[in-house]
Amino acid sequence: MDVTTTLETGYGAWSPLVWLAAFAVTMVIALLIRSTGESRYKKDSNQTKPFISGNEAPQDAYHIRAGNLYWGYLEALKGYYQKLVPLHTGIMTDYVLWMFGVVAIMLLIGLSI
Amino acid sequence: MMSTLQQHAPALLIAIPLFAAFSMPLVGKNPGFRKMWTIVLMTLTSLTGLMLACSVFRDGSIVYVFGAADASQALAEGSGFPIRIMFTIDAMSALMTIIIAILAFAVTLYSLAADGGHSGLEGFYSLLFLMVAGALGMVNTGDLFNFFVFLEVASLSGAALAAFRIDKGVAVEAGLKYALISGLGGLSVLVAIGLLYSQYNALNIAELAARIQFTRLDMIAFVLLAVPLAMKCGAVPMHFWTPDTYAAAPSSVTAFLVVTSQASLYALFRICFTLFGDPAAINIAVFGWFIVALGVLSMFVGVTMAIPQKDVKRLMAYHAISQTGYMLLGVGVGLAVLGNAKALGDYGMTSMSGGLFHIINHAIYKGLLFLTAGAVFYRIGTRNLNRMGGLGHTMPVTMICFIAGALAIAGIPPFNGFASKLLIYESVFAFNPFIAIVAMLVSILTLASFVKVFHSMFMGPRQPDHGEVREAPRPMVIGMALLAVLVILFGLIPTAVVESIIRPAAEALLDRAGYIATVLGGP
Repeated sequence: MDVTTTLETGYGAWSPLVWLAAFAVTMVIALLIRSTGESRYKKDSNQTKPFISGNEAPQDAYHIRAGNLYWGYLEALKGYYQKLVPLHTGIMTDYVLWMFGVVAIMLLIGLSI
Repeated sequence: MMSTLQQHAPALLIAIPLFAAFSMPLVGKNPGFRKMWTIVLMTLTSLTGLMLACSVFRDGSIVYVFGAADASQALAEGSGFPIRIMFTIDAMSALMTIIIAILAFAVTLYSLAADGGHSGLEGFYSLLFLMVAGALGMVNTGDLFNFFVFLEVASLSGAALAAFRIDKGVAVEAGLKYALISGLGGLSVLVAIGLLYSQYNALNIAELAARIQFTRLDMIAFVLLAVPLAMKCGAVPMHFWTPDTYAAAPSSVTAFLVVTSQASLYALFRICFTLFGDPAAINIAVFGWFIVALGVLSMFVGVTMAIPQKDVKRLMAYHAISQTGYMLLGVGVGLAVLGNAKALGDYGMTSMSGGLFHIINHAIYKGLLFLTAGAVFYRIGTRNLNRMGGLGHTMPVTMICFIAGALAIAGIPPFNGFASKLLIYESVFAFNPFIAIVAMLVSILTLASFVKVFHSMFMGPRQPDHGEVREAPRPMVIGMALLAVLVILFGLIPTAVVESIIRPAAEALLDRAGYIATVLGGP
């Protein structure tokens, strides 16, 4: 079997080897462009220090913790999460009730066809 | 000798892990010998599974009858009726066997280091081998009652393993939840089997498929089989147990619980296509749409619940639910258009191939991600993302393995998840463009979620709390690296994988008449 052949998806095609070749060419072009830039990087200078709003960040704030990420997304979908999260009660009887609910719906559908 | 071994490979596939499970308490007291015994017997189990799968893909389906003078003789002499317990291994079963064989080996390697510091390890490995035997039995048996037995073996051993670290109350709760959900599901399956047996005096799947009349009792049996299996694979809205159990179990166990969930998914597909998949007799499209609906719900609810999580394993558990949605969607589309030959040819077959390809891809990259989370937990002792950071400096191999798994689950080329998702997107778009758009949106959210995990775990300066952290022990690294290599390999040669094992599996699932003829004879 020819492992390099293209994967036919019915309406399109996918060839990882062509993608890899294109990726390599893109990387070479990117490196070429980068090499024409001016080298002003100075290690251990102010260039390498993290700043928050123009002020030097305290050491314990260097790393943004997981709880601070996607605040905007969660705030925008607050209504959705306020409904969804409480359903996850952690109570076994609730889990069983959900299963019984799905069985009931499926029985209605199954016996009507 | 070799031909005898090959002939009885289906029996050895179960016999070896069962022998390992029952011998472990006797020989497992010595740590050195236990390690050797575990790795040798798991290697043998995996090799037997891979060898058996290869022979199925090369020579066609295998019927193995336990206790018969001639193991390939499905029908009892003189009766023309399949009486004995048998394994019916077609390409679909072989695909699942490959998944279990690969994951069982990688998980065992990993657990030798990850769980090595605990007491009671002979019991741990006994249960692990029992779970492997149960999963292998579930996907290879051709007998419904035998399926129930293997389901129970896998479920009970899984529950005990989830609660293995009994010093933490939450682990016991997780084990109890898994046991109760599995017990309830198993009971429902048993009642369904009883309903079918009471009508047809048969337990063999092929025999039942040939004789089923689609009565009201049959439809009740279908519901009692399909719903608990959907629950066991973590489909929304019956997914609640999944994050509770996956998060609290040891990571090696969680990685294999993913595989047993996929064995339930296999059973759901087998019931839908082989036992009840006769579009001339019932409106099978309704059940197809039901599975599609479960898939869409699972994809969306799973990923949106994952994003706000702070516990890395709980987050990954919600992603497991979300990814199961893709599999349900892909194969559900195939079921929905089963009665429409043109639609099946145009996009149904591709959709099913995508769904089945996603099963093996998901098993590999999700197993890998759980193992990386376990490696981090092993070194820093917390699963809380808010207390992590800077681990890329000290655990570079774990980080690289995580990147491979994260990019794969987000469907980024050229990793394996992209190829299967592409098959699903394009074929589902022809079925229903809105659902395809939801599937793509879910992938974007998956990427966003794993960017958060990657940043929280590995990026940033070294944290004072984790200054002395080192890379994970070598067996854990080997287990993760093995899966990471497969993630990349399957992504680079998707055509070879699809053409050699995925498409034959999809064709086997669709070939109801062929499955029946394999056991009962005929054209």
